[in-house]
Amino acid sequence: MPGLGASFGRGGATNYLEDLANSDCIVIEGSNMAECHPVGFQWVGEAKARGAKIIHIDPRFTRTSAIADLHVPLRMGTDIAFLGGLINHVLSNDLYFKEYVVAYTNAAALVSEDFVDSEDLDGMFSGFDPESRTYDDTSWQYQPEEPRHSGSDDPAEAAELDRTGEDPSVKHADRAQASGSGGPPIPAKPQRDDTLQDPRTVFQILKRHYARYTPEMVAEVCGIEPEVFAQVADWVTSNSNRERTTAWVYSVGWTQHSVGAQYIRTCSILQTLLGNIGRPGGGIMALRGHASIQGSTDIPTLFNILPGYLPMPHALQHSTLEEYVADAAGKAGFWGNKRSYMVSLLKAWWGDSATAENDFAFDYLPKINGDHSSYRTIADMIEGKVSGYFLVGENPTVGHPNGRMNRFGLANLDWLVVRDLQMIESATFWKESPEIETGELAPETIATEIFFMPAATHVEKEGTFTQTQRMLQWRDKAVEPPNDARSDLWFFYHLGRILRERLAGSDDPRDRPLLDLTWDYPTHGETQDPSADAVLREINGTGPDGRALSTYMQMKDDGSTTGGCWIYCGVYADEVNQAARRKPATEQGVVASEWGWAWPLNRRMLYNRASADPDGKPWSERKKYVYWDEAAGEWTGADVPDFEKNKRPDYVPPDGARAQDALAGTDAFVMQGDGKAWLYAPAGVVDGPLPTHYEPVESVVENALYKVQANPTVERIPGPWNRENPSRSEVFPFQVTTYRLTEHHTAGGMSRTLPYLAELQPEFFVEVSPELAKLRGLTHGDYATLVSARTAIEAKVLVTERVRPIRLRDGQVVHQIGMPYHWSYSGISTGDSANDLLGISLDPNTHIQEDKVSTADIVPGRRPRGPELIDFVEEYRRRAGVASGRVGLNGRDPVAADAGEGSTL
Amino acid sequence: MTAVKTWLESWPVYRQLTGSDPFGRGKAARSMATEAVVSRTATADRVVKSVCPFCAVGCAQNVYVKDEKVVQIEGDPDSPISRGRLCPKGSASKQLVTSPTRVTTVKYRRPYGTEWEDLELDTAMEMIADRVLEARRKGWQDTDDEGRRLRRTMGIASLGGATLDNEENYLMKKLYSALGAIQIENQARI
Ligand code: SF4
Repeated sequence: MPGLGASFGRGGATNYLEDLANSDCIVIEGSNMAECHPVGFQWVGEAKARGAKIIHIDPRFTRTSAIADLHVPLRMGTDIAFLGGLINHVLSNDLYFKEYVVAYTNAAALVSEDFVDSEDLDGMFSGFDPESRTYDDTSWQYQPEEPRHSGSDDPAEAAELDRTGEDPSVKHADRAQASGSGGPPIPAKPQRDDTLQDPRTVFQILKRHYARYTPEMVAEVCGIEPEVFAQVADWVTSNSNRERTTAWVYSVGWTQHSVGAQYIRTCSILQTLLGNIGRPGGGIMALRGHASIQGSTDIPTLFNILPGYLPMPHALQHSTLEEYVADAAGKAGFWGNKRSYMVSLLKAWWGDSATAENDFAFDYLPKINGDHSSYRTIADMIEGKVSGYFLVGENPTVGHPNGRMNRFGLANLDWLVVRDLQMIESATFWKESPEIETGELAPETIATEIFFMPAATHVEKEGTFTQTQRMLQWRDKAVEPPNDARSDLWFFYHLGRILRERLAGSDDPRDRPLLDLTWDYPTHGETQDPSADAVLREINGTGPDGRALSTYMQMKDDGSTTGGCWIYCGVYADEVNQAARRKPATEQGVVASEWGWAWPLNRRMLYNRASADPDGKPWSERKKYVYWDEAAGEWTGADVPDFEKNKRPDYVPPDGARAQDALAGTDAFVMQGDGKAWLYAPAGVVDGPLPTHYEPVESVVENALYKVQANPTVERIPGPWNRENPSRSEVFPFQVTTYRLTEHHTAGGMSRTLPYLAELQPEFFVEVSPELAKLRGLTHGDYATLVSARTAIEAKVLVTERVRPIRLRDGQVVHQIGMPYHWSYSGISTGDSANDLLGISLDPNTHIQEDKVSTADIVPGRRPRGPELIDFVEEYRRRAGVASGRVGLNGRDPVAADAGEGSTL
Repeated sequence: MTAVKTWLESWPVYRQLTGSDPFGRGKAARSMATEAVVSRTATADRVVKSVCPFCAVGCAQNVYVKDEKVVQIEGDPDSPISRGRLCPKGSASKQLVTSPTRVTTVKYRRPYGTEWEDLELDTAMEMIADRVLEARRKGWQDTDDEGRRLRRTMGIASLGGATLDNEENYLMKKLYSALGAIQIENQARI
């Protein structure tokens, strides 16, 4: 979550679900919380019962809107314009929380003279390179108060990292995500003007940047009437002050956009200006969609990061450990201890083979040098560059956009391992997929060897999930998995064991990392299931005495400590599995600190130092949370302070102070290099230091604010299997969004296969407005066909006022279609797959696809079958001026004569 | 007479019309069969603490086990977050375990094959290990064009779901990194 990481220093929800009950106003935007996080939604209900205002901002009217006091049906893809309008309202009416903003944000920081804002370049910031379509962010930096990098242990090396950091191969490697725990490194703290009057202050730049985001502009871009905007602005600002707080809740309705990270940045700016971060009932609640999405980034199976958001070493930048830590070592903030975290990780992985002499085996780590994310890899598969693929509880041919492209990828592998509970579509694409019908795939020509390995359910194994509020909860094993079913822990442990046995005795240096790996885990029972408890303890780390560490502050850079994921250090404090704690809620305080364990260090609300004023006193009695106890000389309150316990509020760092000692007593955002919440991001976000409204890649509307239509840095994966609908095309005249239902789960492998759930939501449907139904002759309950440059799918029509057409000021009417994405051809309840309709274009910060807004056509009736489907879609492409989408057998070679321009294969 | 009365009172409609439960939603709806029913939660051998595997609210679950089988899954009222509630998905999660279409044995599709075949688990593990080593070799890169160290393979990719435990993700990332595989991804990207 670079949006949150770059703003506050950590990529996690700032507050916890129960805390929503303390809010005076809750804005849910980019989320249908009532349906997608139903049990969490009870806390919104609690807040409402206590008198809070609930606002739902979403293109569709849903069960969340039904509970809200106000539903704001903005045009899909325009949230930055709406939030930018609120920022402008707050700034131009002096409604920001002045003392908070001056003390805890970078509003007073001065920005380099070289920075040119997108307002002055019609939608571009300074530093854009049209060739690589990336920004060089050198001009975005602060005006430093001391020579750049002078605080570093090795200033020359740090400067070199800054320089190589501008290389496109680094930009494309999602470095921003590495600010998930510890904000982006900055060369030096900035000069400041605490009066906020200097035109180069962040505050003044922000004011100018959003000056044109007026209620009238919001009306024009979002289709929201000025009176409705005024109502939202009034409720939000009147509930954000010393006495009151407003919370914002978002979900993938924000992340899955070509400007997804910037959506979250816009909200971060607004919530920071209003003084709502780090305070009870405030914050930004990032709702993760699945059991352990948060855990899967904290301990990532992601190409660009290591556990604890340490970046994967990059070939261009990190040939040694010294180089790897140079951007952070010695600098202000907890990232200043990066070397300790990294050395502890290397010790956890390579034990005695990691020594000071061999750079703690840093060289054992493979290096990245570009985009190796999931969609790039699928394209590489089609081109025959990838031999083997493991799918571990994931069903990309249904759950990911552009199912057809995904299936072509799988059809061109040497082998595929699928680990799942059910025979999912990603395992059966070679005999049952839509492309078998069209003839584009043929089983007897597909070489992919497939192993379906049955998995264990959540009750057949032990382990932890990290849920949406950064909390780890341990599950005990209830029963043994049946037959050949095994946990993924079992599979990877035993695969590793077999591989190590195979290579034993090898003298190939390539095999050293595997042979030297610490891989001795105790096993249980007949199946020799490895102990997840032992793995969790390794993640926590141990000290020189071999005992579990209780905080990452104990980690050392000399190799005397271990720790697989520094931010999880403390989960095994006192040799106790803290994630397994289940002290009943009724037997403890409101924060419930003894239920599970939250990172970091069981702090339930992040940045909670900001719940007190600069002197350490609560902003108000009503919003008292964590505060300074002068008599005891410590921070105290309802939660674990997210601050050094004994650091006085009036502490001023002496010259030459390093790491955490360089943070002042008012630097509440302890993971940031300057200790401040970032209204303006001088680093860490690749598509601009300030969020700017762009239209989605596939939009039917012209950008009303700038000449630049869409995010100039958006990433594309061109090929005949991933054609894009042109912007403002009459052939694809409607906007489409996808969403989830309460009764189903993502790609449906865990819900369409369950009788209860399949019965509750038995078929695929699309939501259209009565106006669109009339326009296109669609009948409620009958079939309709949706068409894009990828393919055509069919669904039952649900005519409903829950989706409404948006009339823009120039008279243009934008019709919007809603489409749940759970279906495919397997399971108890079947249907076409919504994701087959969508293309892949990506947020350059995260490589997350824009699937919350795209375009399509819709016509009555069922779609063509067999090869006719190919011709039908090809005709649409031709009319829209899109290159051919025809491919050869198994997607591999285009049929040369028909391939047309743009085919790169 | 008492016998007749008892007989009559055992008849739910009679009690509904004459008793204090005219809508038949409570006492009146009970029959002798109802009285004989004992809930599965009451007769379970043990209750195991778990967490719902669907969304990230992370509702706490009590898993009821009898004769080494999961007989019921309910919300755990002790949880400060979920307070005992489960949504339709969490309530249906027992069927993840008991689903009649669940596949619990290894299936194998050979290259150009048109049907699934059966395979022993151990054989499958050995075969996968062979293929991993071969794919790793095929995609190996010691350095880039300019001689910079890469020490990696582009032959193996992986995509995990977000129902993986932290411990599982950890072992995966650790093993893949030691193998030199870097195209390691997760639903968290999606
Ligand atoms: S029961 Fe429902 S709300 Fe609770 S974790 Fe499961 S899916 Fe989410």
